[in-house]
Amino acid sequence: MGNKTSSKPLLSPKRLERQFSDYKPLYSEAEALIEANRCINCYDAPCISACPTGIDIPAFIKKISTGNIIGSAKVIFEANMLGYSTGRVCPVEELCVGACVYNDLNSSPIQIGRLQHYAAKKAMEIEENTGEKLFPRSKRKSDKKVALIGAGPASLACAAYLALDGIEAVIFEKDTLPGGLNTTAVAPYKIQTEASIEEVNWILQHGVELKTGVEIGKDIALEKLIDEYEAVFIGIGLGMGKRLELKGNDSAAVWRATDLIRKIKNDPDFSLPDELNTVLIIGGGNTAIDISRELAMLGVKDVRLLYRRSRKEMPGYEHEMVEASRYGVRLVEHVTPLEIIRNGEQIKALKVKSTISNDIFDLPCDWVVEAVGQLKHVTKISPEIEVDDQGRVIVDAKTRCTSNPKVYAGGDCINGGKEVVNAAQDGREAAFDILRNLGISPSLHGEKYFKSFVSENKN
Amino acid sequence: MADLSVNICGIKSPNPFWLASAPPTNTGEQVMRGFDAGWGGAVWKTLGEPIVNVNSRFGAIDYSGTKVIGFNNIELITDRPLASNFKEIYEVKKRYPHNVVIVSLMVETKDEWQEIIKRSVDAGADGLELNFGCPHGMCERGMGSAVGEEPKVLQEITSWAKEFSNVPVFVKLSPNVTDIRDPGMAAVMGGCDGISLINTIKSIIGVDLDTLVPKPSVGKESTNGGYCGPAVKPIALHLLAVLGKDPKINVPISGIGGISTWQDAAEFIALGATTIQVCTAVMHYGYRIVEDLIDGLNNYLNNKGLKSVSELTGQAIPGFVDWGELDLNYDIIAKIDGDKCIGCGLCYVACLDGAHQCIHTQKGPCHGWHGEADHGFGPRTEVMPPLHHDGGVPAMSHVPFVDEEECIGCNLCMLVCPVPDCITMVEASHSESKKSWKDRVAKGSA
Repeated sequence: MGNKTSSKPLLSPKRLERQFSDYKPLYSEAEALIEANRCINCYDAPCISACPTGIDIPAFIKKISTGNIIGSAKVIFEANMLGYSTGRVCPVEELCVGACVYNDLNSSPIQIGRLQHYAAKKAMEIEENTGEKLFPRSKRKSDKKVALIGAGPASLACAAYLALDGIEAVIFEKDTLPGGLNTTAVAPYKIQTEASIEEVNWILQHGVELKTGVEIGKDIALEKLIDEYEAVFIGIGLGMGKRLELKGNDSAAVWRATDLIRKIKNDPDFSLPDELNTVLIIGGGNTAIDISRELAMLGVKDVRLLYRRSRKEMPGYEHEMVEASRYGVRLVEHVTPLEIIRNGEQIKALKVKSTISNDIFDLPCDWVVEAVGQLKHVTKISPEIEVDDQGRVIVDAKTRCTSNPKVYAGGDCINGGKEVVNAAQDGREAAFDILRNLGISPSLHGEKYFKSFVSENKN
Repeated sequence: MADLSVNICGIKSPNPFWLASAPPTNTGEQVMRGFDAGWGGAVWKTLGEPIVNVNSRFGAIDYSGTKVIGFNNIELITDRPLASNFKEIYEVKKRYPHNVVIVSLMVETKDEWQEIIKRSVDAGADGLELNFGCPHGMCERGMGSAVGEEPKVLQEITSWAKEFSNVPVFVKLSPNVTDIRDPGMAAVMGGCDGISLINTIKSIIGVDLDTLVPKPSVGKESTNGGYCGPAVKPIALHLLAVLGKDPKINVPISGIGGISTWQDAAEFIALGATTIQVCTAVMHYGYRIVEDLIDGLNNYLNNKGLKSVSELTGQAIPGFVDWGELDLNYDIIAKIDGDKCIGCGLCYVACLDGAHQCIHTQKGPCHGWHGEADHGFGPRTEVMPPLHHDGGVPAMSHVPFVDEEECIGCNLCMLVCPVPDCITMVEASHSESKKSWKDRVAKGSA
């Protein structure tokens, strides 16, 4: 427990994650200026509409081009306190960059994520060097307290906006490391744990308190938080990876994708066995694509992604699949797994069936990775929270308030698994509603950027 | 292949492109490399009593990542011994007899003019250019633009030069005057054979925001310099056209001022320039730029069906008239090509904030990022969008639409549109004949 995360032993450089380099490295000043000057500064720009947090993108890019880095970063953070990590991890090809008008000119779109990464990082450095805070802690000290469960993007964003208006925001995290998926799951060529923790510490310095190693529903009851705090925000994400009911999958050579990714990112004692030649990944989502690419980049020669339908129908992003292919990942469409054939602990093959011809065949392999979604686990915290038929917390589309007027929720636990940027927006919407209910007018007048972000009812 | 050769005051040049009197013509070695690259002529860096220069000397304006759209300098005339300069001029003319060497001169007394002109002619100069333009340093000593700003003095010195010279004399004019026709007429009255314009514009290029010293700084100080480069072209074109249009200015003109491309050159020629002088673009990119100047101008002349560059000379002058002669009944409107539009909204906001509020979007009055913008004077939402934009794009899309009744045809949307040919200005049908302000005044209906 403590307010500043001391994570030295866990952040050993021996972690496999450290072998990856950024696929979109931090821009140099020259690169940032060239890219920023390419922006034509659209009015009512489509990139803004495409951003779940509605950052005024042309405004922050213009400020980069004039050398006003502090001003640029403020535009970003006012809309999205996780502007640093989202600049690195957002699927920008699907969002802002995908909406850039340059696409319509068949020209390369503005690299908005990289510019955002640049402005946020440089401003954080300037803060560090000068001691001048972008957002000085509120002088308005209130005696109001809000508890936040889970130290991932949703809670961090919510807590930051609350703290800026003098609310005592306390985050409870069951794990040792905060940061949520940025720390444990996002592909290491996008962000690594050090950077995720750096962002968490930046958020904390605005007056947010973090208690790690505390599990709500086990160490402390949710009801107790509801009693003691003005409001409670649930940002606990999703639970364990789902398992397939496959005969023979009770082997250490069969992985849940989320567990394997976490080993790569956080476990200093984890390494891939030398004789690992063939890994089959089951699934078609972004987690499946991520782990495939990570294994291929770590030197596994034969990495194949098995998906039961066609490439077009994969829920994972096409641009991610294209990137994974560049590292040698192969996609096997229209197959469904039947059974893992074993020789003791060792896997001999995965028996699969073609969903087109119904032919059955064996695919020899060393490991099998299941990437077929994650369990919902909100009910573990309290059975009182209303969830939908898929286990997602039901919230008001605008305020993120649950069926209990004192309880809010955001991030993957309400949408079933979306992006960091969606979680950041949920956290902000909830923070502003909590502030309003406490009679506090939010000091960052971010409301004009607000958009109603309705969680779509599909998985 | 069009004939690019020109004849100015009896001086034959293989093409109209000359290096202007400036750092690129400082030495014989440079001038010869310039000729090798294709320059038709060179106006030698101004000769006079050698001076001592300061450092630094140059400053520039960048815009949105584009370097050196404007340039200024506080460098003076040659700082090399006159003997070396004349020796090199002689050598250059000997080796490059078909290229033009004009010697730029700036001295003070009549005796000095006599001597330096004699030495220039003896060295083989094809012509002389009297530098009455530099607006920094030398003018504080009674030379350069101090002469250019005093028509009587200018005329007097020009007549001395004509008295001492048996080669054509050009007078280089300063733009730092209220009416360019005053020094222009003085030069003609002094008997000059041709006019060169413009010299640089008196300027401060900027301020160093760290040190708060103007640029270019010489230690903790700076001084006003001479402004040039692409950004000054419109000023030069105007002064050129004013002289080109004046029947009393009956001498050929060598055009100078921000010329970097063949289009720039063609525009100068169309407004009356016989030769073209270039400095800043060469300082930026080197002598090599002349290749495209020649190639591009040649292709342009061919496309226009013009057999020689002289057929283009002055062609745009008749179209340069007083405002009072313009047709008040001429009517154009903007058309947006919906197929080309990328939905950037720049035409919309430009028209809304900077023009006449005649372009609308499908979103109604603007709000949000620009605050409560609808103060009752917002876009006229009662205007119904056309069912289809040009090109058949459904109106309910990212494509803004023009209220053609209200459009006043100002060009602003077309100018800011980043997509080539997406917004065009088309002539609106009207039956009224031409009527100008002068016509109305004459009829007493103004």
